Formats: sequence, structure tokens, C-alpha cells
Amino acid sequence: MAGLALVVVLVVVAVGAVIAIPYDEAIQLWRGGEAIWIETPRNALPGWVNVLPGVNLPETIALRASQRVTGTVPEQSGGVRAAALAVSFDYQYDDFPSEVALFFEAAFEQRQPLASVSWLMPDGRRVSLGEQTVGASTRYVVSQDQRLSQRLGGLPPEMGLFTDQRIDPPQAGPVLKGRYELAVDGLLFEEKSDLGVKLVVYGKVHGVAGTDHRRRDLAVALLWGTPIALAFGLLAAVGSSVTTLAIAAVGVWYGGWIDAAIQRVTEVNAILPALPILILVTTFYSRSLWVILAVVILLNIFSLGIKFYRAFFLQVRESPYIEAARAYGAGSRRIIVRYMIPRVLPLLAPGFVTAIPSFVFLETSLAFLGLGDPSLPTWGKILNDAYQNGALYKGYYYWVLQPSALLMLTGLSFAMVGFALDRVLNPRLRLQ
Amino acid sequence: MHKQVSIGPLLSVQGLYTWFELRRWGFGRAGVVRAVDGVSLTVEPGEAIAVVGESGCGKSTLARAILGLVPPTRGEIVFAGQPLDPRGGRRLQWYRAQVGFIQQDPYGALPPFMDVRRILGEPLAIQKIGDKQERETRVREALEEVKLTPVEDFLPKFPHMLSGGQQQRVVIARAIILRPRLLIADEPVSMLDASVRVEVLELLRSLQQAHKLSLVYITHDLSTVRHFAERVLVMYAGKIVENAPVGELLRNPLHPYTQALLAAIPDPDPENAKSLREVPVGEPPSLLNPPSGCRFHPRCPFAIKNLCEREEPPELESAKGHLVACWLHRDVMGAVP
Amino acid sequence: MIEDSLLRIEDLRLHYRTSSGLVQAVDGVSFGLGRAQAMAVIGESGCGKTSLARAILRLLPRNVATCSGRVFLDGTDIMALDEERFRREVRWVKMSLVAQAAMNSLNPVLKVGDQVMEPMMRGHGVTKEAALERAREVFHLVGIPVEFLQRYAFELSGGMRQRAVIAMAMVLRPAVVILDEPTSALDVLTQANIMNALKRIKAEQDMSFLLITHDIGAASEVADMVAVMYAGQLVEVGAASRFYGQPLHPYAQKLMASVSRLRDEKRPEFIPGQPPSLIGPPAGCRFAPRCPFRMARCEEEPPLLEQEDGRRVKCWLYA
Repeated sequence: MAGLALVVVLVVVAVGAVIAIPYDEAIQLWRGGEAIWIETPRNALPGWVNVLPGVNLPETIALRASQRVTGTVPEQSGGVRAAALAVSFDYQYDDFPSEVALFFEAAFEQRQPLASVSWLMPDGRRVSLGEQTVGASTRYVVSQDQRLSQRLGGLPPEMGLFTDQRIDPPQAGPVLKGRYELAVDGLLFEEKSDLGVKLVVYGKVHGVAGTDHRRRDLAVALLWGTPIALAFGLLAAVGSSVTTLAIAAVGVWYGGWIDAAIQRVTEVNAILPALPILILVTTFYSRSLWVILAVVILLNIFSLGIKFYRAFFLQVRESPYIEAARAYGAGSRRIIVRYMIPRVLPLLAPGFVTAIPSFVFLETSLAFLGLGDPSLPTWGKILNDAYQNGALYKGYYYWVLQPSALLMLTGLSFAMVGFALDRVLNPRLRLQ
Repeated sequence: MHKQVSIGPLLSVQGLYTWFELRRWGFGRAGVVRAVDGVSLTVEPGEAIAVVGESGCGKSTLARAILGLVPPTRGEIVFAGQPLDPRGGRRLQWYRAQVGFIQQDPYGALPPFMDVRRILGEPLAIQKIGDKQERETRVREALEEVKLTPVEDFLPKFPHMLSGGQQQRVVIARAIILRPRLLIADEPVSMLDASVRVEVLELLRSLQQAHKLSLVYITHDLSTVRHFAERVLVMYAGKIVENAPVGELLRNPLHPYTQALLAAIPDPDPENAKSLREVPVGEPPSLLNPPSGCRFHPRCPFAIKNLCEREEPPELESAKGHLVACWLHRDVMGAVP
Repeated sequence: MIEDSLLRIEDLRLHYRTSSGLVQAVDGVSFGLGRAQAMAVIGESGCGKTSLARAILRLLPRNVATCSGRVFLDGTDIMALDEERFRREVRWVKMSLVAQAAMNSLNPVLKVGDQVMEPMMRGHGVTKEAALERAREVFHLVGIPVEFLQRYAFELSGGMRQRAVIAMAMVLRPAVVILDEPTSALDVLTQANIMNALKRIKAEQDMSFLLITHDIGAASEVADMVAVMYAGQLVEVGAASRFYGQPLHPYAQKLMASVSRLRDEKRPEFIPGQPPSLIGPPAGCRFAPRCPFRMARCEEEPPLLEQEDGRRVKCWLYA
């Protein structure tokens, strides 16, 4: 029963994911590079860690400049205007941001506006962040500004701008909490020029599941990985189970050389190594998920399950009711489909249910090896990315643990349902 | 309810041999099981005959041969004047609708995953009879005929919800639903309780008489044939050893095996406990290696030396309609050609 | 009369717990069996007769709810013995069972002789030579040629296998052998042969039999006493000679009338209705719903009433 509940949850998530984020959008989000994810931090932990006592990691703060005062600069001629932009925020976190960046947007025809940026800290100190010309859309990554870093005593800016600098030599001391302000004094050289700025103080946590090395919200991949995993598992399980059953039935009913041929093919197939073949196919032919699915099904049709079902079908074939059916004129096809297969279906169900997660794991294994479908956000892909980017080495445990947890959950829930079904449908296993 | 054949027997089995090859290790022949070894019989329209024999005598194989479920090795089965071709085709389908089959094990004879409505509907669907409405009507009719009423109660039930007797009635309903002219009942009551047996046999008999069906009633229990058949055939080791009207057979059994069978059956009588019953020793012979000559000779108290073990007796006719295959009667009557 | 019996059963009850409810398989059965006597317990499927056999031998399944009552064997209440003692001293030693379809439960990978000798050598320390000797003896008793000790079960015919199983039950010289449907799957000639064997054994070996069957005719072959069981209870007990001539209980009468007879022209009649379920059996006389002689009094359950000729009937007609 618990297993069933878990499965239902998984299915709901899968369906929900598909509805909430339509397929195309999901692919886009996944593929989409910096442009889409620019405002999410890299390798951020899941947001819920902040619930843990003693943990107070910064969340991303993205603010647009609010004030704007436009006046004229007296000395210059030619209609140069001054713009003053300010962004202020309250910083109460225990840890430094991961990055700090400014996004300028300017509207102009020829002459680019000039921006002079300064940083006001809660203790009143003002740090100048320099001057620069601003294009239509310019990104100034404050935390990568080396000269700023030097001025801050060698500290990376995202730390230096948030710490108490009265300590000498400067060190990455405790975070200075309080009200910060970013001030931009801009010079606009044209009538219609305009300047806007957005400050993004990148946090160390994001969303429900954190982010990966490409700033992508892992929740998207995890969520969308669910329907993909389930669909793959289901299709593979259905495709192979039902076909296997049908083949076994046909073999048993017609007997003779048909049965013998099927048995021989099954035996050969049993020796074929599935994973290496899949690796070959995906390496040399195609990595599309559909191709993988097709090969998986093909390899599993003549599985040893045939022998298992054959044993039951042989028994069923001798049943009096089959004989009676022949006596009132039932043909071979009808007998196989309506009289033999229904008898064996209850046996099929538990095996089928427990086969679903095994196919999911197969796909995950392939993806983990880097041979999965690269365009799809699957759990295996997440693991692959994590591995490629040294997640464990760098301490990004969540990156590995979350997809693993989902995989385990899938396996567990289906296994539980499968065993429960087995107990219900096959009463021989029931304890007296 | 159906056309009557006015001339000639409905079913005529002529010189039927049904042998099965025994394979050793899937390749060589290990021998031949001669389940039916030269059987001829006729069934008139509306007549009920009983085929009596012990297990292993081939009577079940005979039933299946008549039903067209196993092909004859030699010989012919002629139904309503037409020979039966077991290889298939439309004639076989037609034949299947003419002959109903009632099996021994009522529970095994019903698909456990179908309810009564579907079980009874299957033959109609396969033989493409009528439309959905008509089939429903016929299903209900069949249930009423076997007295499983109220019909509504039984239609949705699955076999495991029914008692043995009820299950067997469903089997009977299924056998008659195609309005056959001949019923083959293979030990229809031997798996049922004593008190239910009579009910089911009575039902079968009344159905047979009401619809003027022919019936081949196969059993090992001679005590049941008196009221449920007109004629009895006794089968031993693949052959028919005696063939007579029921009263005549019970009064005047001619073949030593028949006599032994009759002597062996205990009627409820406390006197039975006082003495040993006289029965022939030994076991029924293997159909793989039957004894030479008359198959019964190793167990026959009256075996004639140098004759019974050498030569198979032909079918001889005594009084009218009483056939027996035994050398004991060789002088008394003429041989049947 | 019941007091000095070899086997005396008093108010035996066996109830099982199942998913559908409490099955009252054996519901207060009492009778006595004397030395070298054969009693037939006649009943149809679902009347509890197999449970009766199991209960007497304490071969109980795991879902037993109640097993009560007393079983006196030679004066000792064997129900009161602990399991170990029962196993060592009673089961198979003083009482044994030929279970229904036992002939199909022979071990296919052991020789028949080995299976016959096993209870002797394993549980009771008999030497191999002595066991072999006894095996030959019992085979002779039941009428199987001794060379079959060296054969495997599948090489024996149905009749022979049944005889082998009967031989196994007698191997430790029990006083009582319970046989549950020993001949129902067998042919008429084989059945007669086995009944002959039982008759001989009863006469020569001073052994008592409890024969459980639905076949009234076969029961008459060996029975000295007859007990009729219906819905978990005994409805008639008495001498066979009296019973067959004139069964008293309406159910017994109907049962007798429903059997096809060879030597009698009378047409058998069937019993309408069905036996009650053993789960929650009806109050009062359990046969009343189907009884042609039903009275108002039958709503109260009748006790087993003793008659002048010693028979006991559970019916108000004989009060």
C-alpha cells in the first residue's frame, strides 16, 4: 500500500511536471545557456537547507535600480544630462554571496552613456567600483574585477564588499550585515539616451533543488526527469513483457519447430550482453532516446522470461477448458488471446511492475556514462554532469544525492507495488 | 428445435484406430500407444449409449476422436452421413456446432477468468450466431434449461463462486447452447458428490429426451447406466468387448470382463462385509504393449488355452442386438461381418 | 457400549480461522470404535470428515482456532499429551492415517520401499534389516509383489500406489488406521481388490479401521459400524447391519435413496438444496432446510438420541 502511494506520488509529479512546464519549454530551459539562466547562481544548494538550524546562506538578490534623478550637469554643453541611480538592499545573511554582477541597459544612438559606480556599505564606507561606458546591454561582473580585488586587499570582491574592512590586514571576516547601497552616477550624452541598471547579488542557495554548473535550476531537470524516466520504464516494460508473453504463448500453442525455434533464439539472446550492445549503439549510431528504447525492447523480447511463461503456458494448454474451447470451434488465435493469455496475465503483472525501475536504471546508467540523449533533462544526465564537474570532489553533494534519491524512490515504490501485487494475485505465496 | 435425420444412424464410427507415437528423447520412436484399437459403433438419433470402462481403456480418447480433437490413425467417423475430416475447414466448424462436449472436471472445464455470461457466449460468438441481442437471449435460455435460476443471479458469477454441481450445469449449458444433435459426456459426474450425481444425470437425461439428442455417456460406473442410457458398450484395452441394450447387459452379461465389472460393484448392503468379492487379479493392460490375442486373457477365469492368447476374438452376435467379442461364445452364434 | 471401546471420541471440535470467517469443520463429534472393528464415516464433501481425521491425529493446520474435546485411545486421553509424546507414542505407532489422494503424494525420487521403511527407521530406531522384513510383510498384506519395494512411485499403477500407502500406514502395527477416501479415485475392479485386502487385514490382523468416504456402497464392504456426518456433526451412528436395512435420519435416508444401484430397478432420487456452509452454520437442526419431515421443533438443535437397538440419531423424530 505504501508502495502504491509512492508510485502515485511519482506519477503525479510526472504529470504535474509535464503540465507545468511544457515539453518545448523544458528543452529550451535545459539547453538554454547563459541567456536564460543568467540570474541564477552557479552550483547553488537547494533552498531548503536554510531551514536547518544554524544555516543562513544567502539567497539571490536581484534588484533593479529604483531611484532615478535626472538633472543637468552644469559645466558640459550639448545637453549632457546626469542620471543618478541607486539600488539599496538589506543583507542579513551569515555568508557571502557567490557572485555580484551589474547589468546595465542603455538606450542611445551614438554616444554611449558613462556610468560611475560606487558601493556604500552599512558602516558608511564607500568603495568606488570604477567608471565605464555602457553599451546597449553590458554586464559588469563585479566579482571578477581583479583591480577591485586588489583594492580590497586581495579579497575577492564578493567577499571584500561585504566584510568589515577596518581589520588590517583585510581578511574574509564575518559578514557585515546591514543596509547596502549601490550608487550609479551616469552621464547621458544624447537627448533620448537612457540608462538603467540591475544589481544581482548571487546567493548560495536557489530554489528547491539548487543549480548546476550551468546555473540551471536542478528542479527543472529533476521534475522533468520524472516523466521521462517513468515513460521510458513503462514503455520498455510494456513493450517487452507483453511481447514476451505473446511469443511464449504462440510457441507453446503451435509446438513443433516454432516452439523449438523460439527456444533457441531465446537461449542465444540470453547470452547477448545488453549494456555493451547499448553502448555500441549509442556510440556509433544514435543517442536518441527512442533508439535506445527500441533497442532495449528488442533485446528483451526474447528474454528468459519466455521460458518462465512457457512453463505456465504448457500447463494451461492442458487445461480442460482449452480442450472444451476447441470442441466448440475456437481457432488457434482466439484460444491464445482469449483463453491462454488471460490465465497467465496475473503472473505477468508483478514481474512487469518490478521491471519498470530496472529499465529506468538502465537508461540512467547509459546517461551517466554519457551515452544518453544529451538534449533531455534526465536524472542520468544530472549525474553525468555532476560527475564530469567533480561534484563530490567539490562538495556539491546535493547535485548527486538528489537524482540518486529519486532513483531509489522509484525503485522502491515500484518494487513495493510489485511485491504487493504478487501477494494479491498469486495466492500460493500467501502465508496461511 | 432442429432437423431430424430420419434414416440411418446419426453417428457411425467405423473401424477407428487412434494410436499415439511415443517419442524417446524427442527423436526415436519408443513405441505406440494404441488407445483406440479398432472400434466400431453407431448411435441412432435420440439414442443414449453408455461406454463403460476403467481408466486407461481408451474411452476418453474415443470421446476425443469423435469430437474431432484427435485425428484418427485409421478408420472413419461418419456423422449424419458425412465423413468427418479432422483437418479443418468449414465442415469441421459446422461439425463442432453439432456435437456438444461435457467434461469430467467441472471446475477445470470453465475458464476461471470468465463469468458465466461470457462462458456461455463464447461458443455463440465463435460460431457467429446471431447478434448481441440474440446471443443474450440464448444464453439465458440455456441457463434456464439447466435450471440455474434465477438467471440474473448466475450470469455475473465466476466459476469459483459456484458449487461443483452448479459448475457442471454451466458446462452442460455450454454444451447445448449451440443446439447440437449429439452430446459427448466424459465422466460427467465422477468428480461430483454422491447426492449431486443423480441430479446432474437426471438433468442430462431430461435434456436429452426433451430435445431428442443423441448422447454418448462415458463412465466407469456401471451402476449409473441403467436409467441413463439405452445401450451399453463395454470397453477394455482399446477395444469394445460387449455391446448390448442396457437391461439385457445387466441381466445377462456375456463377456467375462463385464461379468467381473458387475460383480465388483458394491451396492450398499451390509452382507458385503462378510465375504471377499471375487474379482480378477491383476491390472488393466498397458496400451503400449497389450497382451496378444484377446486382451483380457491374462485375467480371464475362463480363458481357453491355445485360443484366447493366440487370436483376437471377432465381434459375435448372440440374441438380437447383443454383441460380444469372446471366444466362449464362438459356437453359439454367427460372426458379425 | 461406548465406554470400553478401543477408540473413544468425546465432543471433538475443530474450528479454523479463514479470511471468510470461522469454519466450524468438526462441531461436537462423539463416537466409539471397538477392537478389530471397522467404522465407516459417511459424508459428502464439505461435511468436515477430512477435518475429523486430521483432528483425531492432531495433524492440525496453522490457522486452527479451536481444537477441543477428548480422544481416548486404550483409556488414555491422547489429546492431553504434549506434541513430542504424541509423535513418539501415538502417531503412526498406535494410530495412522491414509490421507485422501495420498497415492499422489508419494515421493517421486525415493524408491517405494525406502518410503515404507522410513517411519520405522527414522522415528523409532528400527534397524534396516528389521524394517525391510516388516516392509515385505506389509506389502504381502496389501497384496503387492515384494519386488515393487525396489520400484519408484511412477512405476506403480494407481491401485498399487494406494496399496503401498496403506502398507505404509500399517508398518508400525497401529491399532487404528484411518483411511480418508481410499478408493474414490480408483476403478471398480481395483477398488474391489483393495476392499478385499482391507477385509482380510481386519480379520487377520486385529486392526481397527475408520473409513471415511462418500461412497455408501464401498463403505458397506467393510463397515461394522456406520456414522453419517452432515455439516460438521454426526447425525446417525449405529451398526451397519441395521443402518443399511433402515437408515433412520432423514438425511441418511435420502443419501441411501440417491445412490445408483446396480441390482435394483429403483430410480435414484436426488436431494434438493445444498449443505450449509461450515462458516456460521444455522441454528437448530442443520438439515432442517432440506428435510421433508421438518417440524417446528427442529429450530432447536436435537441431541444424539439413543434408540432401543443401540443406534443414535440426531433427530427429533426419534425423541
